[in-house]
Amino acid sequence: MTDDAHTSRRAFLRGAGGVALGSAALAAGAARADDPLITDLDAQPWTQFLGDPVDAMPYGMPSEHEAHVVRRTVSWLTADATSSINFTPLHELEGIITPNGLCFERHHGGAAHIAPGDWRLMVNGLVGRQSVFTLADIMRFPRVTRTHFLECAANSGMEWRGAQLNGCQYTHGMIHNVMYTGVPLRLVLEEAGLKGAAAWVLAEGADAAGMTRSIPLDKCLDDCLIATHMNGERLRPEQGYPARLVVPGWEGNMWVKWLRRIEVGDHPWHHREETSKYTDLLADGTARRFTWEMDVKSVITSPSPQAPITHGRGPTVISGVAWSGRGRVAEVHVTTDGGVNWTKARIEGPSLDKSMHRFNHEFDWDGAPLLLQSRAIDTAGYVQPTKDALRAVRGVNSIYHNNAIQTWAVDSDGRAENVEIS
Amino acid sequence: MSRFPEMRRLALGAAALLAAAPALAGGLGLGREATHAEVAAWDIDIRPDGLGLPEGSGSVSDGEQVFSEQCAMCHGDFGEGVDRWPVLAGGQGTLTHDRPVKTIGSYWPYLSTVYDYIRRAMPFGYAQSLSNDDVYAITAYLLYMNDVVTDDEFVLSNENFAEVRMPNEANFFDDPRPDTPIFVKAEPCMTDCKAEAVITKRAVILDVTPDGEDDSGITVD
Ligand code: HEC
Repeated sequence: MTDDAHTSRRAFLRGAGGVALGSAALAAGAARADDPLITDLDAQPWTQFLGDPVDAMPYGMPSEHEAHVVRRTVSWLTADATSSINFTPLHELEGIITPNGLCFERHHGGAAHIAPGDWRLMVNGLVGRQSVFTLADIMRFPRVTRTHFLECAANSGMEWRGAQLNGCQYTHGMIHNVMYTGVPLRLVLEEAGLKGAAAWVLAEGADAAGMTRSIPLDKCLDDCLIATHMNGERLRPEQGYPARLVVPGWEGNMWVKWLRRIEVGDHPWHHREETSKYTDLLADGTARRFTWEMDVKSVITSPSPQAPITHGRGPTVISGVAWSGRGRVAEVHVTTDGGVNWTKARIEGPSLDKSMHRFNHEFDWDGAPLLLQSRAIDTAGYVQPTKDALRAVRGVNSIYHNNAIQTWAVDSDGRAENVEIS
Repeated sequence: MSRFPEMRRLALGAAALLAAAPALAGGLGLGREATHAEVAAWDIDIRPDGLGLPEGSGSVSDGEQVFSEQCAMCHGDFGEGVDRWPVLAGGQGTLTHDRPVKTIGSYWPYLSTVYDYIRRAMPFGYAQSLSNDDVYAITAYLLYMNDVVTDDEFVLSNENFAEVRMPNEANFFDDPRPDTPIFVKAEPCMTDCKAEAVITKRAVILDVTPDGEDDSGITVD
């Protein structure tokens, strides 16, 4: 994954330049040759000859022409690929649902593979009956379906000191938005019976990282799910098959995958992922802990460094995604001049609680350089801050919870670059 | 923990609105009771107050032995970290620096986290293979490497565990957000918000995007 992406992007740009020239010539009224893709049957074998039979691919895959639409990692980020991260190709996606195979991965001890018959869920601690459930048991609880974003708290974490990575896949791709089906955690806790002193829950994974997080009981009783399905099918192994926790609006690390145990207690556990990691170091050396909610955030996915404008001047679509862990997205504003003037973008498609929203803004590009930004406001009234406003409070070493406004500088050729502006 | 009563109210409010969610009168009779041995096998977590600590003990010198055999190839003989593997010792006094070094000694608030994490997840790739005494010994060695204990004869056990306090404990505090300006009533500026915008930083300067030539940038872990 080094030169391939580069060359193909260049080739793509060249090709697209040709198309742009072609349409300019057409606009000038010059005579144009007939398009063989229309007039020449030999150029259209799909029209003359039979295609694949059904079942050519019992589990359907994307077109071979979409092979570049994949999760990508950044090799220097971590020591080993079994404790690492890859990124959702946001710049290639539309609407609000992330396809299952493109949902970013973050494992701390590799992706576990567990047969559904071998899976057990234990509920212990301050409960009336310390319990064991099989997957078949879980499937007999009343279930619900909800669409939520999962954002890693470290999403955009490499961008605190300055613009570093060229592409929204890398700057914002530790997020996915999925329609989950699962059992409210509340029902499973009630089945075991909560004792009076219960105030916290420890969720634990069955993977080699033994992932654990402390979650306040109120959140568990409110909207957490034990999910078995994503976007209509079973969870993917790398997303915690056969069951994961869904903790709507809260940082992704808490959504314990390969869930094996729920312990109820009266105090938090202060485990490694809520002390050494997932705490936010401030400039004065103190650190915030239990920073669970993901604040309102948005990013323009096109144009962006991996998705340049290739059609030249004229009608242009700005598209992006916005989300908030504190509710729905109320408004998204877009600027093309680096924040001198803003316009309200259209929210396109479903506006759901703690879910990704799609926004679009159409404009007539005159070919002049642009400084593109988006700014989201959530239904709780929070406004996405500028990077400078965030850094003034948080310094540059807190890694997590960077929800700042992103800037793309688009040059007159339509190429976009990750920048910061005054 | 001032935010929890607030959350409790929120949750109660949400419960009142749960009409659309499935409601259960009593238990469904699903699942079965866990045996004592099953709970003991999986419930291996430790809390700062010592809840969950198994009986046992281990010395700094025993810890040094196990650490050099099973941990040092990644974390270095003294916990200094080999290549990009995590650094486990040192870094005291760097939390306010430009490049802070966050280790057990410089950052971690509780010793219980060290025991819990090593027992559940290390050595990387062979989790839960260490004896309880070995985990005590390694934990004692890491305390010594981090100058939290200075006696090389030190023996850590479930008896004296709670007496050890980590130097950075007081520097953690609960989430104070909102900490950036919010506009609940005021409208954010839409026109003529500033005179101009000038580019101050560019990603091409660093050029660490994966299809760039030289892959090395500012890491997050
Ligand atoms: C093969 C390399 C390897 C070996 C051997 C290894 N570790 Fe680790 N260790 C890691 C990795 C990788 C992580 C980070 C895992 C993650 O990303 O969650 C880690 C994390 C840790 C941490 C937490 C660091 C932090 O700052 O949060 C501790 C403590 C630790 N290891 C102790 C040990 C001990 C003790 C041993 C020996 C019994 C050991 N490790 C053996 C690779 C290794």
